Amino acid sequence: MKPATFTYHRASSVRDAVGLLSELAEEEPKLLAGGQSLVAMMNYRMARPGHLVDITHVPGLAGIRRSTGDDGRAILRIGALTTHRAVEKADLGPEFAVLSRAMRWVGHLPIRTRGTVGGSIAHADATAEWCLLAVLLDARIVAEGPAGRREIGAGEFFLGPFTTALEPDEVIVEIVFDRPAPRAALTEYADRRGDFAVVAAGADLDTGSVVLGGVATVPQLVRAAGTPDEIADALDLRDEPGVPAAYRRGLARTLVARARAEAAATTEEDSNG
Amino acid sequence: MGEPGFRPDGTWVGADVPRREDPRLLAGRGRFVDDITLPRMLHAAFVRSTEAHARVTAVDLSEVREVPGVVAAFDAADLGLADITALLDRPAEEFTPTSMPVLARDKVRYVGEPLAVVVATDPYAAEDGVEAAVVEYDPLDPVVTEAAALAAAGTPVHDEAPGNVLVDVSLFATEGIDEVFAAASASAGDVVVTVEANTGRQNALPLETRGVVADWDDRDEQLLVRTCTQVPHQVRTVLARCAGLDEKQVRVTVPDMGGGFGQKCVVGREEIAAAAAARRLRRPVKWIEDRREALTASFLAREQHYTARAAFSADGRILALDTDVVCDMGAYSCYPFTAGIEPLMASAEMPGVYRVPAYRVRGRAVTTNKAPTAPYRGVSRPQYVMVMERLMERAARELGLDAVEVRRRNVITEFPYRGINNVTYDPGSYLESLDLCEQVLRDEGWLSRSGRDRDGRMIGIGFSCFSERTGYGSGAFAQRKMQVVPGFDISQITMDLDGTVTVTTGTLSHGQSHETTFAQIVADRLGIGYDKVKIVQGDTDRITYGWGSFASRSVTIGGSAAAAASVKLGDQLRSIAAHLAGVDIDSTRLDGRGGVRAGDHTYPFAELADVAYLRAHLLPKDVGPGLTATASFDVGGDGTFSNATHGCVVALDPGTGGVEILRYVCVEDCGVAIHPRVVEGQARGGIAQGIAGALFEQVTYDELGQPLAPSFMEYKVPTAAEIPDVRIEHLETPCAFTADGAKGAGEGGTIGAPAAVLNAVNDALRHTGVELDATPIPRAAIFAALSLEEAS
Repeated sequence: MKPATFTYHRASSVRDAVGLLSELAEEEPKLLAGGQSLVAMMNYRMARPGHLVDITHVPGLAGIRRSTGDDGRAILRIGALTTHRAVEKADLGPEFAVLSRAMRWVGHLPIRTRGTVGGSIAHADATAEWCLLAVLLDARIVAEGPAGRREIGAGEFFLGPFTTALEPDEVIVEIVFDRPAPRAALTEYADRRGDFAVVAAGADLDTGSVVLGGVATVPQLVRAAGTPDEIADALDLRDEPGVPAAYRRGLARTLVARARAEAAATTEEDSNG
Repeated sequence: MGEPGFRPDGTWVGADVPRREDPRLLAGRGRFVDDITLPRMLHAAFVRSTEAHARVTAVDLSEVREVPGVVAAFDAADLGLADITALLDRPAEEFTPTSMPVLARDKVRYVGEPLAVVVATDPYAAEDGVEAAVVEYDPLDPVVTEAAALAAAGTPVHDEAPGNVLVDVSLFATEGIDEVFAAASASAGDVVVTVEANTGRQNALPLETRGVVADWDDRDEQLLVRTCTQVPHQVRTVLARCAGLDEKQVRVTVPDMGGGFGQKCVVGREEIAAAAAARRLRRPVKWIEDRREALTASFLAREQHYTARAAFSADGRILALDTDVVCDMGAYSCYPFTAGIEPLMASAEMPGVYRVPAYRVRGRAVTTNKAPTAPYRGVSRPQYVMVMERLMERAARELGLDAVEVRRRNVITEFPYRGINNVTYDPGSYLESLDLCEQVLRDEGWLSRSGRDRDGRMIGIGFSCFSERTGYGSGAFAQRKMQVVPGFDISQITMDLDGTVTVTTGTLSHGQSHETTFAQIVADRLGIGYDKVKIVQGDTDRITYGWGSFASRSVTIGGSAAAAASVKLGDQLRSIAAHLAGVDIDSTRLDGRGGVRAGDHTYPFAELADVAYLRAHLLPKDVGPGLTATASFDVGGDGTFSNATHGCVVALDPGTGGVEILRYVCVEDCGVAIHPRVVEGQARGGIAQGIAGALFEQVTYDELGQPLAPSFMEYKVPTAAEIPDVRIEHLETPCAFTADGAKGAGEGGTIGAPAAVLNAVNDALRHTGVELDATPIPRAAIFAALSLEEAS
């Protein structure tokens, strides 16, 4: 469990990082943005980057900025290097409190303290909370490459297991949430606290959308979603060791209902409080 | 540490004194194997099989030796080490001997089996070297399950065992047992209940993985092996035999250890290969098992399959018990216990705390293409207790009786009790622990809380009542027909000039606090502060042949040996004092304050030591110079039985199949507790491991024998979030033949928990008609059972 040889680079800026990614493109460069998944995979030699470009010292990539859009709606910009823990502790207002509440599902405290929002989205695990939240809330992922910045809608971002729409020389800079979701929640089930979910479900009562993790290779968004039964019955699932399809389907049904109930209860709390 | 002074009643035993180990461990100043760094030290890594079952046609290490940083690479032929063989004194129809090579040659039998050792200047380069090895295999059909092993369709795992059965014993078969079952089946009121149970393969999972730092000392002509083992002398013996060295040419020392739980009470292959490499290279070699190796290629345990039935009378009394247990021991027999360890334990002990008038058992060990097994805390007892307790619950259900009441009618209440399994049980508190555990849960209001809670979860309550034989002596092991009989222990005690003492023990703390508890035992015998006692353990050059620590033997056997040596030393001190005072030895006594009272005089120990060492001409004629005494202890008869009752309350989530443990109560009796908080620590840790087996952990393989749980993502060790607070109540039934009346306390927690948890889950499922008898309990099965009920 010692990683294969790699060269370490500490990027001083996003431009520097993009430059390194372009320059080293033939030698499998990889960004280090918290390392909570990557370093473990490197220790198992499942990931063998030739170069590790550490962006954790790049100034300005961490932090949460709240602003108001032209239509008066709140907009949240979360820097790529913002830790899960920082989001958990932040007061994001009722519009985006769902993000803070959902952070309790991300690993354990040490993981939340080091792991980053951008790192998690770039890693693209289909049950990762940030991937689900981004899809549920129609977030936009801002990436910088040699040609400058571009925005990618979360719906187009996740292409497959651990596969995204990012170009190899692009760096996620921030994630933009510009649709308030005061009546939304994310919930999960795993046998152990802190594990990746067997099934995770998010619900936004305002849009009627539901997102499911653990039921496909990418987060599954269902717009104008029906009853939990209808949603669960429509899933294409197979039996897997220890997790029969019927069980996964049942978890989806339960968790959609619970996410909706939590979203509704949250709203009541806010209006009462 | 400050002067602890003397306790008012003059005894240290029974007091929660500060642990002697804590100052260094809590400050991070402990020294574990991986903390040891030697000049010119190299690092080893192993080329391991990627196939579960294959003939090895070539091992090519030439590329390995070209990798930067690699110093050497050795395969089996290069090192030429003898195989490790563990034997039972049993006839061929009961036991098939097999051998485990230190490095595999010709054939591999599990994924992860070591084929070659690579030695490099750092662990990274060593792993690079491993990747450069080229091994050619001629794959064979893997034997992955116990059923496949018994079917014996393909190439056997070992040629010596064509049917893949290494052990097949039928220890008991009460005459007329079939008639008892037939009569019970025919009778209107009596019942015959059956349980088919499977328990998942587990890893004992010490926090500290296995490891070794070895080097050859030219001055002593000795191989110095620092390793985290529970059995240093056995490692010495096997290493000497494998390497063709004299025993005196091997010194095994053990630094601080982060647990063992049985995984380290057998001799592993990697430490021998690493030590052989160190000897060959004349340079220190370190190997620290990484977590992937620990999860896939270390010693495993626990995978058993039971078919059990029991006949009960209409009033709930057990009439007969008939069991067939098959233990999946994996690829090899471990030294010194052999593949018989699990089936023999289950066969010998299964009747447990209950009066069973008729008993028949068949125990088998099968070999499969999975990592080999070792004893793991509890050894078979967590499983057979689970099966017995399921039989009790099922009988109660069929008879319409309360399950605790059924146990009450069956537990042994008169001692000593001679069981159907030819074992004599010394006094315990089986009934009392059962009553108290039920009372605690009743007082806390749990017994009236069945059905659903406010969140719609199903509440269930389960019990387990069991005993645990501890302090197996030579006789008890010999009865199992082990060829190596790890019974006795020897202690040597030496008093120095200042009156402080140093005591050796052949047992070995790998987390059990021997430096504290043994000091308490010795201090009481001599009447000195427990801080005046130094315990020496884990060094084969400083300690007479010992058996290390396992099977809850340390305090019962090692503690008793230390106590006996201390008494002898006290007698020597009294002899000297009597001579100096000119009185008869009968007129002397230890004064409990570090001296001897002789007639009208008091002689502090330092004064007597001064005579013993510096003015030997003053000694009585029959007392030699120096102050040293040696004593051994063995447990005669059948050992001593600790016991406990566990009670568990669970809540099942119908929406997810999730299980939460709401309450856990343990009423335990390990005789006199030398240090009650240490006992409680043992109980809590053991219960956590038992819960792990009941609900979380399983080593799984695919159909080709590839491990599916190589990391903690897949191998689900419970965390603090999953383990409940445990209420512990103590009962005390002293043992009549150990020092201070202590019984073993190391394994009970692990033994009782799976049964209690499984019974609680089944209680919560009672209204569904579904009963689950497999661990870890599948959440999908709970979900399915509760969904059926919701639908209906």
